[in-house]
Amino acid sequence: MSHQVTLSETRNESGSDRGTGSFGGISLQIENVSKVFAGRAGNVEALRPVNLNVEAGEFVTLLGPSGCGKSTLLSIIAGLETATTGSVMADTRKVQGPGTDRVLLFQEAALFPWLDVQHNIEFGLRQLGTPAGERRALARRFLEMVHLQGFERSYVHQLSGGMRQRVAIARALAINPAVLLMDEPFGALDALTRDRLHAELESIWSSTRKTVLFVTHNVREAVALGDRVLVFSPRPGRIVREFRINLPRPRSLEDHSLVDESAEILTVLRDAIGNDELEAENG
Amino acid sequence: MAKAIDIFTPRVSRASLTPWLRRILFYAALFILWQVIALSGIWPDYLFPGPFAVLSAIIAGFGSGLYLQAIGVSLSRLAIGYGISLVVGLVLGLLIGRNRILEETVGSLILGLQALPSVCWLPLAILWLGLSEQAIIFVVIMGALFSITLGVDAGVKNTNPIYLKAARNMGARNVALYAQVILPAALPAIINGLKQGWTFAWRSLMAGELIFFTLSLGNLLQTGRDLNDASQVMSVMVVIIIIGVAIDVLIFGPIERSVRERWGLNR
Repeated sequence: MSHQVTLSETRNESGSDRGTGSFGGISLQIENVSKVFAGRAGNVEALRPVNLNVEAGEFVTLLGPSGCGKSTLLSIIAGLETATTGSVMADTRKVQGPGTDRVLLFQEAALFPWLDVQHNIEFGLRQLGTPAGERRALARRFLEMVHLQGFERSYVHQLSGGMRQRVAIARALAINPAVLLMDEPFGALDALTRDRLHAELESIWSSTRKTVLFVTHNVREAVALGDRVLVFSPRPGRIVREFRINLPRPRSLEDHSLVDESAEILTVLRDAIGNDELEAENG
Repeated sequence: MAKAIDIFTPRVSRASLTPWLRRILFYAALFILWQVIALSGIWPDYLFPGPFAVLSAIIAGFGSGLYLQAIGVSLSRLAIGYGISLVVGLVLGLLIGRNRILEETVGSLILGLQALPSVCWLPLAILWLGLSEQAIIFVVIMGALFSITLGVDAGVKNTNPIYLKAARNMGARNVALYAQVILPAALPAIINGLKQGWTFAWRSLMAGELIFFTLSLGNLLQTGRDLNDASQVMSVMVVIIIIGVAIDVLIFGPIERSVRERWGLNR
């Protein structure tokens, strides 16, 4: 099923119980993608060639230390940055620039401070030319999905960090992308809020079956969310190990097997980094 | 305990009242001092009129309809000149802010021209356009244009790039990107430029009008001098101050406040 169909289907039956609106994600083929930044002090290699296949509807977490090029990889997949070598295929199409089938979510939420919550969520729909009435209805639906009904008229500065990320998720979901690219979206949140958002994200994902690529430097977060965890080395980044997580969902951070998996992955990550600098963050 | 409350409660209301009280007392004292000096006879009445003479000049000026007419002429020049500056400045600022080559060339020129007081354009404007409406509007434009341009430019350049990334990712392109993201994101800085542009426009308008013969606020100042009538000069000055403060308070104040509130910049 192509994404084009997905989009029009949603628009036609915006009120139906297929409320979450999608037939699931698309596959991604990342072939030999690398990135070298040209800087004043010479070229900086951010990402070693990466090969990665992501299945439609899969939840993949990319784990690695800060600055290892994971975010660069997401930007390249989003089409906001060009790869130095290699190519990205989204479903059957080559990625050439940004597209609403792949939406990137940032750590800073990147909500527009000049718009209220309602109009932030409507922003992407407005670009697509969705009529105003429909935009409103869709915005309301996704606001409900992230449990923020009643905040339509609030401005960004009136929301907490967790609420901002919820709005950002609703804003992304409103345009019904096939792929969610999440760049440490919960990195700046307190542990309690983060756990709650994990659960919400997991339930949104399991009802929409979108493809999710989730970047984090938190091992437990990676294990709690991912079908697969890819461990990156420090800059220049490359994938050093891959773990398949077969734990049942919904997962609890207190689950013993989850803690065991995390410990194992942390060892690998520590070897890759060559020191213990992650300990404090994941302890 | 009770004492602590006693000290605390009145302080809240006093804090909001005293600035006004002080202000009123200050102006009352100033008024009395002015009147005393005027009555002392150090200078003749026609050079240093008292506050009541100025007040009656204001009343007479408005009564004859002369001041209203002059205000109309001056404000319409201001509106035309400022309006043109606004449109050109927005476009120019956007172009410079988004294009490196324009920034390095046109941007540097505008920075240089900004250093030139706009009244300095007046002789040239009169040579080119004569003692005409166009000449004075030209000077007003030169007063406001560069401030507005530089304000827009600064706003565009300081916009968090993440807004642009997010917007492009959600399908915003070309005109929509400019109208719905780049401009609103730059709004706080743009408003600063607009405010500065307005003060410069107002000043250059008054300076320019001094040498024009048609009725206007600046021209009223000049005729007051010609008639040796200091009370008219002072009364027009008061009118100019009031208009300036009114535009600041009634137009730019609310705009700025609403933007700051929206963005949460007040904390």
